[in-house]
Amino acid sequence: MKKDIILAGVGGQGIISIASIIGYAALGQGMYLKQSEVHGMSQRGGDVMSNLRISHDEIASDLIPFGKADMIISIEPLESLRYLPYLSPDGWVITNIQPFNNIPNYPDIEQVMAEIEKVPHHIALDADTTAKETGSAKVANIIILGAASPFLGMAYEKLEEAIRFIFGKKGDSVVELNLMALQAGRIFADQHM
Amino acid sequence: MQKILLLGDEAIAQGALDAGLSGIYAYPGTPSTEITEFVQNSKYAQDNKIHSTWSTNEKTAMEAALGMSYAGKRAMVCMKHVGLNVAADPFINSAITGANGGLIVVSADDPSMHSSQNEQDSRVYGKFALVPILEPANQQEAYDMVRYGFDFSEKYHIPVLLRITTRMAHSRSGVMLNSPRGQNEIRMPVDLRQFVLLPAIAKKRYKNLLKDHATFIDESESSPFNRYFDGTDKSRGIVVCGLAHNYLMENYPGSTIPYPVLKIGQYPLPRKLIEKIANECSEILVAEDGYPVVEELLKGYLGRGLKVHGRLDGTLPRDGELNPNLMAVALGLKDTIGLPVPGLMVGRPPSLCSGCPHIDSFLGITEALSEFSKGRVFSDIGCYTLGALKPYEAVNSCVDMGASITMAKGAADAGLVPAVAVIGDSTFTHSGMTGLLDAVNDKSPITVLILDNGTTAMTGGQTSPGTGKLEDICKGIGVEESHIRILKPLKKNHEENVRIMKEELAYSGVSVIIPRRECIVSIDKRMREKFRNK
Repeated sequence: MKKDIILAGVGGQGIISIASIIGYAALGQGMYLKQSEVHGMSQRGGDVMSNLRISHDEIASDLIPFGKADMIISIEPLESLRYLPYLSPDGWVITNIQPFNNIPNYPDIEQVMAEIEKVPHHIALDADTTAKETGSAKVANIIILGAASPFLGMAYEKLEEAIRFIFGKKGDSVVELNLMALQAGRIFADQHM
Repeated sequence: MQKILLLGDEAIAQGALDAGLSGIYAYPGTPSTEITEFVQNSKYAQDNKIHSTWSTNEKTAMEAALGMSYAGKRAMVCMKHVGLNVAADPFINSAITGANGGLIVVSADDPSMHSSQNEQDSRVYGKFALVPILEPANQQEAYDMVRYGFDFSEKYHIPVLLRITTRMAHSRSGVMLNSPRGQNEIRMPVDLRQFVLLPAIAKKRYKNLLKDHATFIDESESSPFNRYFDGTDKSRGIVVCGLAHNYLMENYPGSTIPYPVLKIGQYPLPRKLIEKIANECSEILVAEDGYPVVEELLKGYLGRGLKVHGRLDGTLPRDGELNPNLMAVALGLKDTIGLPVPGLMVGRPPSLCSGCPHIDSFLGITEALSEFSKGRVFSDIGCYTLGALKPYEAVNSCVDMGASITMAKGAADAGLVPAVAVIGDSTFTHSGMTGLLDAVNDKSPITVLILDNGTTAMTGGQTSPGTGKLEDICKGIGVEESHIRILKPLKKNHEENVRIMKEELAYSGVSVIIPRRECIVSIDKRMREKFRNK
């Protein structure tokens, strides 16, 4: 099993947390992993992306080739479109539909959504609202991870274990909140696949 | 032993800790910052009293590391590629003095300029200084090369350059660790004149270095990081340096590469291995991140010898980072691409944070200068460089650390008055102080804004060496006390701040204005830590 994942968003939206959770779950199953991150200048509200590759076989490149990504997981709708050249023909886009509007020329959101609709395989959900309903706006990234969970090629429980480990230091209530967020995203995906 | 997940930067730091490091010296710079931060956050480093506090700039860092090596202990100095320009003087000369305790210089290049103003290739510096260079292809090699590099450095009494790129620095993968070894005891150089580069001694040391260079080539022939993989199809040989090896491998998943491949991870280049691939193959493809360093060497200026393809003949692009697709095209394999980016796409450049004190400083200086012609603000390297972008468009230059003050001075010398310099607190102590002395000695009519947010913000909020000392430094340099003005850059103080800026713009000598307010990200981090500790 091998999954090539593009994680996209705006600096500060929490794509590194998603990568850590998937990464921990993959390592726990003896998989190889390479994850290329963005640090530095672009973190100041700019677009950020991470290449996350997990595989049972050794991984060569830190970068995913264009046209080969199994999925694009995005916490922001416009950002989900920026990396489409990476997506493989049968790949999935899993994205938040709530825009993060910190630029003066953000395109019309209706048109952004129309472009997302054109992607053959996609799941688009309002993670911000679902996150608030779950208990905290901060877990929007975990909602998105939940929505991506059917495509990761690993048991759902492995992601739960990873969340317990990674958020464990922050206390039971934080772990519980993130597990609920994961589940909310998963339920949405199961209903909309 | 289990593999642990480490960034390339972290693998280097862990490698240094496990190889018996006594001190790491650095000034923060993307993508090298996390090496030093990893040591700073390491309990092992604290328990073993390993030095890790930040240096004021890369030159002081390089010299302190050389001093630790002089005393017989293992030292590492880390910087981004342009930092090596700042440290170039001690770096080049350290090849002549040689090392005593193991000395590794890490320089992190930034091809594609993700966070930099150029994409200079540190391997050119290594060649310039005649020191051996190590270039890892993955995180495991990054880890292993540190111990290897320290041993090499101590065996031949030579500093070793470890060259990485952004992709290596900021990519994570599993690394298998060795058991840690202890630090060196203090052990003086055998010859106490080794480090005295008076011409008579330097001449001897230089001859020695030239002689050793042949030995370094021999070492490269048998290095575990330079490997020859034979192939059946000799129509083409492939030379890959560092990460380029991975991009090559990516194009042959689960199958063997038909061509002979020479993987380079240690320089100077292994002459015999290069000869072998050149003799056996009709033509050579060279893939390297950065400048066409190896390619140029193999091709020769007139290109009359070997048939060599790479960045120089357009087989690969002349600039920017390599990737698997560029490699596929260079190999004549099928390229792949997904869906096109929709036409509505717009850029999302980085911007100053909401609530950032620099915003108030920019609005202030722009208004204070409104009665003058545009283009008078020289700036520097830091978050505030973003003031060049919309909506502020408040600064007109960004060249190198400290250049704001000296360029403003030069422009003022030319008659552009008023001329303004905008520099951050950490950049000021890094390389701005000497320029300020020039301006004071010349009584140059410049206004210097030292934006004091109390931190080295752009690289993630490291300590700033001048915190609490800026007024005293300016006074000590000779700026008149009445022309050192402290402001609080807040919206409610805007009118008052503009008035003070105008007063100083009208003064025909050196003025220093210090808008002082803590970085908004630092406050946020501090509050969260406070909350966590409750």
